[in-house]
Formats: sequence, structure tokens, C-alpha cells
Amino acid sequence: MSAAPVIAVAGLTKTYGSAAAPVVAVDGIDFTVPAGGVTALLGGNGAGKTTTLAMLLGLLKPTAGSITVLGIDMLRDRHRVLPRMNFSSPYVDLPHRLTVAQNLRVFADLYAVPHPKDRIAELARDLDFTALLDRPSGALSAGQKTRVALAKALINKPELLLLDEPTASLDPDTADWVRSLLETYQREHKATIMLASHNMAEVERLCQQVLMMKQGRIVDRGAPGELVARYGRQNLEEVFLDIARGRGKAAEQATA
Amino acid sequence: MNGELLGINPYRILAMLRRHWYVLSGSWTRVVELIYWPAVQMIMWGFLTQFLAGKTSFVAQAFGVFLAGMMLWDSLFRVQLGVAISFLEEMWARNLGNLFVSPLRPSEFALSVLLMGVLRALVGMIPVSLMAWWFFGFSLYEMGFALAAFFASLMMFGWALGIAVCGLIMRHGLGAESAAWGAMFLILPVAAVYYPVAVLPDWLQVIAWSLPPAYVFEGMRALLIDGVLRTDLLLGAFALNALYLALGFAAFMGWFEASRQRGLLLGQGE
Repeated sequence: MSAAPVIAVAGLTKTYGSAAAPVVAVDGIDFTVPAGGVTALLGGNGAGKTTTLAMLLGLLKPTAGSITVLGIDMLRDRHRVLPRMNFSSPYVDLPHRLTVAQNLRVFADLYAVPHPKDRIAELARDLDFTALLDRPSGALSAGQKTRVALAKALINKPELLLLDEPTASLDPDTADWVRSLLETYQREHKATIMLASHNMAEVERLCQQVLMMKQGRIVDRGAPGELVARYGRQNLEEVFLDIARGRGKAAEQATA
Repeated sequence: MNGELLGINPYRILAMLRRHWYVLSGSWTRVVELIYWPAVQMIMWGFLTQFLAGKTSFVAQAFGVFLAGMMLWDSLFRVQLGVAISFLEEMWARNLGNLFVSPLRPSEFALSVLLMGVLRALVGMIPVSLMAWWFFGFSLYEMGFALAAFFASLMMFGWALGIAVCGLIMRHGLGAESAAWGAMFLILPVAAVYYPVAVLPDWLQVIAWSLPPAYVFEGMRALLIDGVLRTDLLLGAFALNALYLALGFAAFMGWFEASRQRGLLLGQGE
């Protein structure tokens, strides 16, 4: 018997605009995310990835559907599950005037992290930013900001980590370093990670499951290797292009 | 044991206060700004009062009426502004997304900005009230218990308007930012700060008596000019404040939910 999924989504829909002219951002998607792995949401710009993540986090109210996270109904009881999860995104930032240590201390307190000073020192050591702790967050480079944002996302040792484009705007070296860190965290804490990304190599390396989104729908899903084989391609990037350009119709129908 | 009372966790409120303490303690210019504007106004009203005291017997008899009015009005404005600025700090920093995926509840967030509003007002007004004593020999503190009651009443109204402004900005974005500075001045003409409600046209008097500040400033004049503490006015002010606070919170929560509906919490910022 397999363990209960960490995320279970059914009929999830988000519609903006008026009833007369609705704009469907997410269109009745269903998926589950098993415990202890890394799942990717893939899709082009406007496919509905960030909208889906925002609904999983409770930042955005769905128009219809259900979301269960760690066994708890997210739409009714999200404050029971929020302490057990965390999130990082390039769309949010940490207050620039506060130092790195001050920002992390505030979030450690919000998450009721025991021994916050020790936890911050540990994260600074693991993410290699001890020398930056007393620097204002606004004075950090893009790569440094990403590491600090990741530290914020790991401050409460989340069972579920949601990441929106975790390596966006990073140089290849730093991006590789971040991926290694995520792999280590996932392995050591048996955590579940769900990420939205445009980086196919990253997804192939990190993820056991991929959900392909297009125009608010999940048009295909599977392990990266399975998808590559199903589409008869060399890598996930080619699969992505097939789907984005409408060449994957046969494969879509095959999995429907 | 998580120390929660009615779903409110005081430790999370303290975490938010710590965040604002970091901002203020790291920027002496912000602290100076909290004192600067009330000080300039107090000095101007102080000299104007000195000038008028030599011309009219009314001002000579009740020297502190204008100064007290100015300082109490500024307390009200600073509380409301302090609430709104504490909220805007999160908007400017694009931090709302981080905060609202944490265990912090909207009600805890609201309480933290209300407390910051009072702290910011006190940081500004206590030094200014002492300066008024030093420069013009007028002590606000001679009003004793009444001063505490007047301040508490104005604080509640500042909270009510401040938290509603926060909701408005959350829902409509930084385009509505000017409401933080301008909202309170909408009621200044009918707040009876420097003149009695009776001088207003009848229809404006109805509006004035629907707002708690008019009760407070009428009560202040009764105390400073006639030496009478009008508890009826104080009770009226507190009763109205309870109503406005409830409306302010309801507006904030309503706009918060509307922001969640429209996905505004993730991308708000400069």
C-alpha cells in the first residue's frame, strides 16, 4: 500500500474576469504529489503554473475544486498546514532594509522555530552566506538573494516545499549549486518538493514526476524519462517544445 | 501549548513588531521624521496662540486650546498614518506573499500594524508634547485621566481608518497609496479640532456628530475652557469607535479576501 499523497488536487479551477467574458487560468486540473519526491509543473508563460502554486499555498482562492495538503483541506483549514510547508518565488522579496539575519529571525519567529539563532547559523553555513548575515538584504546580488530566499523557505524544515522558478536569473554555477542543495535537503529530510520551472535540464535532474501544463490544463504527465520516450525525443526540452507548439497531440490523446 | 487566544498567537504578533523595530532602529532618519512634522506644527501653533492671546480674551483664558487640539489631532493622524505605513512597508518590500504563506493570520497581521501605529505616534508625540511644555509652558499632561481617555478614543478611530486604508491599498495596489496620507484630512473640517461643532451648518453637524473625533475635541474644549469633564461625550466617542473599529476590520478582511480572490497577494509591490 502506497503512502497518502502529500498533495491531492481535484477539479481545480481558477477563472478571472466577469461571467460574460471569463478568463480561465486553470481549468479543472487533477493531480497528486506523492510523499518524498520532487514534482515539476512545466509549461510556457501563462500556462497556469504560478496560479496553481498560489492556490496550493492559499494565496489565491480557487473558483472550484479541492486541495488537500498533508491530509488537510487547504481551502478550509490552511492555517493548520502552513507551519509544515514553505515557499520561495522570484515574485516575492524580503524587506531590503533589514539585514539577512534580521529577516531570517522574523520568519523563524513566525514559524515558531526553536533555537532560531542556531537554525539561522546552520542555514547560513549550509547555504554559504555566513559572511552576509549582517548585510542589508537589499544589498545582495541576485545569486545571494536566491540563497537567502531559500534559507527563508527552509527555516522551518518544511515537509512540503513549493518553489517557483528556483534558479531563475542565476548563473549556471550558482543554479547547479542550488539544485544540489535541494537534492540534499529532500534526501536528508524526506521532504516533498514541488517546483515550477522553465529549465528542462533542472527538471530532468531533480524530478521524479512532471506535470505538463498548457492553457490551464494538464496535458501530459509522467517521469521525465517516460515522457521523453513517449514523444520519441532526446530530452525534455524537445518534449516541452512539442507540447508548446501543438505537436504532441497524439501523445496527449494516448494518455487521455 | 501554543499560547493562542481566540485564534490569535501573540508570538507571531511579536515577530511582526520585531520586524518593524528592526526598520526603525536601523534608520535614525525615520525616527526623526516621526518627530519632525508634529514638532513643526506645534511650534507654529504655539506662536500663533501666543500672538492671538494678546489680542483676544478667549485665547488668553484658554491658552492651550489650539495647542492641545493640534497635538491630539496629530496623535490621531499619526496613529492612522503609522498603521498605514507599517502595512505599506510590506507592500514596498513585496513581502506580503512571504507573510501570508507563513502561519501568520490576517488578524494577527492587522493587530501588529495597529500596535505599530500607536508606537509610531507615541515616538513622535511624546517628545513634541514635552517641547510644548518647554517652549510655551503648556502641559498636555495637566488634563490627567482625561488625556488618556481622549488619546485612547482618537487611537481607536485612527486604528479604524488606518486598517481600512490598509485593506483598500491591498485591494487596489500602490495606486491607492495616497489614501494613507490623505484619508484622515477628509474629516478634518468636521472633526471640530479648532472650532466647536456648533459653527458648522446643520447638515455638516449631523456628519460631525457621527464621527468620534468631534466628541473628543468638544470634550477637550469643555475641560480646558470650562473645567468640566464631559463623560457623556467620552462615552459617545467610545461607542462610535467600537462601531468604526468593527467596520474597519470588516473592510480589511473583506478586501483581504478580495485580494485572495484576484491573486493580488503574490505580485504586489513597487
